[in-house]
Amino acid sequence: MAGQADLDFSFKMGGEAGYGIAQSGMIFSKACTRMGLHVFVNNEYPSLIRGGHNTVQIRVRAKPVPGHTETVSMVLALNRKTMDDHEKEVLPGGVILYDADDVKDTKKERGDVSYCHIPLLALAKEAGGERIMRNTVGLGAAAAFCGLDVGIMNQLIKEGLGKKGEALADTNIRAAKLGYDFAAKNYDTKAFGWKLSGRAGEPPKMLITGNEAMAMGAIRAGCKFLAAYPMTPASAIMHYFAANERECSLVMKHVEDEIAGINMAIGAANAGVRAMISTSGGGFSLQTEGLGLAAMTETPVVMIEVQRPGPATGLPTRTEQADLHFVINAHQGEFPRLVVVPGDAEECFYLTAEAFNWAERFQLPVIVMSDKYLAESFFSHEKFDQSRVTVNRGWIVGEDWLKAHQPFKRYFSTENGVSPRVIPGTAYGIHREPSDERDELGSIDEDPQVRKVQVERRLRKFASVQKEVPAPALHGPAGADVTLVVWGSTKGPAIEALELLEKQGVRANVMQFVYMWPFPEAAEGLLREAKRLVLVEGNATGQLGRLIRQQTGIKIEEKILRYDGRPLSAEYIRGGFTSLKGGRA
Amino acid sequence: MVTLAELNSGKIPDWCPGCGDFGILNALKRAMMDTGLPHEKFYLVAGIGCSGKTPQWLNTYSIHTLHGRALPVATGAKLANTDLNVIVTGGDGDGYGIGAGHFLHAMRRNIDLTYVVFNNLVYGLTTGQTSPTSEKGFATKSTPFGVIEVPVNPLALAIASGATYVARGYAGDIVHLSKLIADGITHRGFALIDVLQPCVTFNHKNTYEWYQKTVYKLPETYNPADKMAAFQKSMEWGDSGIPIGVFYKESRPTYADELPQLSTPLVKQPIDNVDIDRLMQKMI
Ligand SMILES: Cc1ncc(C[n+]2csc(CCOP(=O)(O)OP(=O)(O)O)c2C)c(N)n1
Ligand code: SF4
Repeated sequence: MAGQADLDFSFKMGGEAGYGIAQSGMIFSKACTRMGLHVFVNNEYPSLIRGGHNTVQIRVRAKPVPGHTETVSMVLALNRKTMDDHEKEVLPGGVILYDADDVKDTKKERGDVSYCHIPLLALAKEAGGERIMRNTVGLGAAAAFCGLDVGIMNQLIKEGLGKKGEALADTNIRAAKLGYDFAAKNYDTKAFGWKLSGRAGEPPKMLITGNEAMAMGAIRAGCKFLAAYPMTPASAIMHYFAANERECSLVMKHVEDEIAGINMAIGAANAGVRAMISTSGGGFSLQTEGLGLAAMTETPVVMIEVQRPGPATGLPTRTEQADLHFVINAHQGEFPRLVVVPGDAEECFYLTAEAFNWAERFQLPVIVMSDKYLAESFFSHEKFDQSRVTVNRGWIVGEDWLKAHQPFKRYFSTENGVSPRVIPGTAYGIHREPSDERDELGSIDEDPQVRKVQVERRLRKFASVQKEVPAPALHGPAGADVTLVVWGSTKGPAIEALELLEKQGVRANVMQFVYMWPFPEAAEGLLREAKRLVLVEGNATGQLGRLIRQQTGIKIEEKILRYDGRPLSAEYIRGGFTSLKGGRA
Repeated sequence: MVTLAELNSGKIPDWCPGCGDFGILNALKRAMMDTGLPHEKFYLVAGIGCSGKTPQWLNTYSIHTLHGRALPVATGAKLANTDLNVIVTGGDGDGYGIGAGHFLHAMRRNIDLTYVVFNNLVYGLTTGQTSPTSEKGFATKSTPFGVIEVPVNPLALAIASGATYVARGYAGDIVHLSKLIADGITHRGFALIDVLQPCVTFNHKNTYEWYQKTVYKLPETYNPADKMAAFQKSMEWGDSGIPIGVFYKESRPTYADELPQLSTPLVKQPIDNVDIDRLMQKMI
């Protein structure tokens, strides 16, 4: 049995949609974080509401968890499919909990794992519940094996169900206890090789998704307006804003379509509030038009684009990183925009908050990209440090300045390209902002010289941003023999892959691209210093690789790509590395 | 309070001589003056088309948007700052064609906007194609054999969709039109002023002469609170007569009225140090 410091326990629950798996997963995960442990939770589900096959996988460690693993120590199978699909993932010595009255005639192909029948349905009924409560019985049984703190678990059941009535909470607590007792009585639970034990004195941790962290970052940054249309996997951002609309005094508008969304955000931002949209690739497609309006009127808006596999409807609930070039190039013409991609929940919070500063300081659209794996997975994290988020609204001029600068030239040429902005309603600041080309006063003007001055000024803003964007982040040992080049949610799995590669004698590090556009100037030097570059991306064509080649001429020949709609993992990366031509096993 | 001189942008409209848009521009200026509202609180939002250029000829805060997208931009601005008097201008193609979806939803929401539609029954700026309000049979560049569809009825659509002030004016009657617009501005809620606008270049059917013969004012006895009467009146069109005036009016809370968080306009709420500790605590 591994020591507490090396604890690495993964628990997968699977079953049909509508049977409370997500809720049980939350209870289990929160119980772990309240015990002082770190967790990472990812879910897989198809695009439907009832039926289908859903899984929640909770990985628990004593130290931060960068991502999921392809193996698990325990499975709770609420349906046959869970057993069939996932028994191969169980580590030797692991257990599969299932209800033999429900999950019949299974192959049980593994000799090195324990198949433990728990009468989930019978015990749920004994507790006074129904079929829907099987997951709670399973939760109790799981606790018996892995040592989850039952007191904390019961407390969480109460917190979760308290609103629906105490009786329901009590029934669930009874169901969990019946599951626990059955497992403890009928199986040698003590022999189970993965034990969770509480870590007193650990700072309390939030259990937070990438989506929630982004929404929270936006709220902290003073975003007052979100316009959105539901689309998986971005919807949780609008839900979070809506739920906190009154408490935080902001407006979340569920719009008629994403076109209205971006245009409302532009209107709100133009009127002087921090405003944003959140959507997935399909919605962003509709917003490519508005993106250019924001750029042309130089209205600061923040756009969150949560990727899912395309094209068209694609795989609505799965993950992919294939919108990079689309987002960087969307809309006609040449104009500045900034594209930034966080790699975990912490970065989701701070980078989304910072996005508003970029947008206002340079008066341009900022796109923060994410993907399903990052957006919907739960990370455990201490409270974010509010003092690290400051608000910089850029060059907004008031009455006194305006009085001294008449007539007000909204688009006058400056060295860094940024012109003075005014909040409509301010005296002495009246001006026009056309979507046609215009002179410095805002009058539509097709004069070739005026056009040239304005194009150049807008592009100077781009150059100014480029000077400031941070270099890619480096993780792991400097001067490593292999450098994994990644972006977005691949960060965690890639960092973890370093340990696996190390075990195989490969000294590797990770170069994580965070600011994608403008392309960070420092990136080329870092890439040229690296001994051997291996691209790791969640798409089929190596989009970051193409961007790097476009900007630096460096062609990364070795690629580990995943495009089956499932997230990259440390094991997948190791496997991919081993099958590279120059890979070593 | 704003004067005519203050409203002058110093730019000379580039519309065709004789275009109905001139009349609407004059009526709009007059309406803004008549409301007595402060100059800097007007915020104009325009779509794309000949009509969309209107804010260029005016000295007010304005944003010229995309074809069909003026209403959502205006909605965002109004929700951000309820102190602004937001006026939207655009054409029939802009508002009833490419922007039709937004038109419907802005009215349902009863956003406090004044929407002036320069309805010339044709696409002007793109040199004369059919528009959603073109009459059946109307021959244009894009419909050389005549329009097959029946036209959109903007007034009936507005009454059915929840607009709370629905009027039609005529570009050839500036005094009457400016009153309609001024009342639309002071009306709390979504005000539509559809304006019959002769396009002297591309519409040789619905001309000044034709409107002069067909347009008539709704009588004093007409009751704009009567929704069914309003529907009935909105169906009148053609050689036999086209009514102008306020077709329908009701008082209903605006979208912003329903949001307690807007008791102070969003734009005035401090954002320097928004404390999110409670939000984070809930996640533990
Ligand atoms: C997305 C998009 N499609 C097409 C156009 C071209 N376009 C500009 S104005 C216009 C129609 C103008 O007609 P209307 O809205 O009735 O205004 P008018 O010019 O008659 O005042 C079109 C199709 C555009 N600017 N944007
Ligand atoms: S094309 Fe028609 S609508 Fe446009 S300016 Fe000329 S007359 Fe007016």
